[in-house]
Amino acid sequence: MLTSFFEHYNYMVVIVLMMTGLYVVFASRNLVKKLVGLSVFQTSVFLLYITVGKVKGGQPPILVDDHASTSEIVKLAAAGGDVATHSSDVIYSNPLPHVLILTAIVVGVATLAIGLALVVRIREVYGTVEEGEIDAIDYRYNLEGTES
Amino acid sequence: MDVLAIFPEWLITHGAALMVVLPLMMGALCAVLPNERLAWLLVMIVTLICAVTGLGVLLTIMGGDSMSYAMGGWDPPKGIALEIDGLSAPVMLLISVMAVLCSIYALPATIAEVEPRKRAPFYAAFLVCFAGLLGMVATGDAFNVFVFLEVSSISTYVLVAMGSSRDRRALHSAYRYLILGSIGATFFVIGIGFLYMETGTLNMADMARVLRELDGGSRVSQVAFGFIIVGLGLKLAMFPLHMWLPGAYAHSPTYVTAFLASTATKAALYLLIRFIFTVFDPNVDYVAVIVTRLIVGVAVVGMLFASLQAIFQTDIRRALAYSSVAQVGYMLLGIGLATAGSVSAGYLHLINHAVIKGALFIAVGAFWYRFGITRVADMRGLGKTMPLTMGAFMIAGLSLIGLPFTAGFVSKYNLASAAADKGWWWAVAVIMFTSIFAIIYIGQMLKVAYFDDPHEIDGVAVVRNEAPLAMLIPLWILAGLSIVIGMGFDGGFVVEASEGAAKAIGFGPFVDGGFGFTAELNGLPENGLSAEVAP
Repeated sequence: MLTSFFEHYNYMVVIVLMMTGLYVVFASRNLVKKLVGLSVFQTSVFLLYITVGKVKGGQPPILVDDHASTSEIVKLAAAGGDVATHSSDVIYSNPLPHVLILTAIVVGVATLAIGLALVVRIREVYGTVEEGEIDAIDYRYNLEGTES
Repeated sequence: MDVLAIFPEWLITHGAALMVVLPLMMGALCAVLPNERLAWLLVMIVTLICAVTGLGVLLTIMGGDSMSYAMGGWDPPKGIALEIDGLSAPVMLLISVMAVLCSIYALPATIAEVEPRKRAPFYAAFLVCFAGLLGMVATGDAFNVFVFLEVSSISTYVLVAMGSSRDRRALHSAYRYLILGSIGATFFVIGIGFLYMETGTLNMADMARVLRELDGGSRVSQVAFGFIIVGLGLKLAMFPLHMWLPGAYAHSPTYVTAFLASTATKAALYLLIRFIFTVFDPNVDYVAVIVTRLIVGVAVVGMLFASLQAIFQTDIRRALAYSSVAQVGYMLLGIGLATAGSVSAGYLHLINHAVIKGALFIAVGAFWYRFGITRVADMRGLGKTMPLTMGAFMIAGLSLIGLPFTAGFVSKYNLASAAADKGWWWAVAVIMFTSIFAIIYIGQMLKVAYFDDPHEIDGVAVVRNEAPLAMLIPLWILAGLSIVIGMGFDGGFVVEASEGAAKAIGFGPFVDGGFGFTAELNGLPENGLSAEVAP
């Protein structure tokens, strides 16, 4: 049990972060705190992907052989060949998840930026960032009809 | 085939890449243009090029070919490829055509609804959203789907928020959409992560091959399936996950509503079909159970519940938005029945609903443009004051109900007969029942518009104040299209395309490809999917 826990330590962290983030998004009524929760939730996914990229005993995915063969390997990969068999007996960690997560981080930053910009605009218009108060203002507005 | 000869060969060869890359790059250019008329012109040119290319690509696909475009010359399993087949080509054409028609409408609408200095960036966000939607449909790489999903989603949040100069509630709607949309996209990317762990590849065709070799599937792929269904469900407004949709549709600029209602949920629905039937093996237990139990369940409950809610809305766009959730239920029912007939009927309804809802939302936008009308009760007398606009609204509305000789009838009839063929008579009853709800909510709008007296301004009844030509043209094209499809004047082109889509995912004898599919087993597709799945 305990060994299993430590063997999957990263995954435990992922689960805790994921659930924390999701809970904050659902439970919080404050627009900024919701975005914080969303960011934590997305970060847990980054960690999940990066954990997957780890290979036992693998070293950073930088070619250690002679540098001259690098371009040949790239050409081989471009032609759809199997690179792994050609890079001798060195074990590399899988670089692909890291690359994917770079994209996902950019996406996360863009989402957060748009979200915060929206919160700023909501604060300007409604004068509050509490969801309950915004709903109350909209409700009153609906009852009174077309003012403002 | 002679129509195809008009298109230059390079346009078809590079068509898929052009349709994604052109709007994306022009979006950046559009943002720095000094004036909104130039920006609008650019949008028109780009969307027209995409629509023409889309037509060429679709005709090529329907001729029996399939397309694979390796981006940057990197071959598919390792590199990212755009894969176009019978399932994706019609959706790409649909998105492009709707973009053209909505953009014609956008010229007067945007001037009325968006502040002057924000107009050029507004068009830029539209182009990026357009590129994202096309990319989602075109790509054959699972992670790439996520990237394009987010490209289109993030620009959609901006577009929805642009409604704030007209109605401040747009801001909160956009925020709510952002939270739920991001959760959906993140669920999707978790699912892709699990799939990558299981298969070691990101190429969809390659994934499909590995997943079929698993024979019954592993726990990891089951979890992946769950995450992907929930993530896409949020994006396509599957019933209990639709809470973002009414607000986003009711408060965004009318141009955005018309475009989103007819494309955004459709692209996500395409992805759902793609993942259920080609990436995952629909014959495996866990996929089959989810499709025939859960998806049918939420589809039916969604159809009934959302139709009922649509009746009690006072805001026109909100009523139509709930109706959209109900219509998504029809398409999901088509997927859930999982027979060749039902999937092609669901797919046909996807196309028809885009045409119908595009027309309805453009008409509603025209009502607002002329009279500032947003509530159903305010529609009184529109039959007299805006006869042409209201006429098109009526045709589209009747098509939504499913009156014979309209597009809605064809797809609903096909869906009902597919359900009857399978012996699911209760599903036929649900389709009939929700159509009655549609008669009520569309009927009360038509009743107010045609039988109540027009508004009076200073004691004088408004005589006639028709919408501008730029609004009437796309509106009547769409209304006409729903009749043309309904009467079969298009030579069954749309029906043929939807049957081609069902064939492309493994139903029925496939013209030219790796599918050796013939029989059905327990109502589930018995598809002998071999190594060369998808395109």
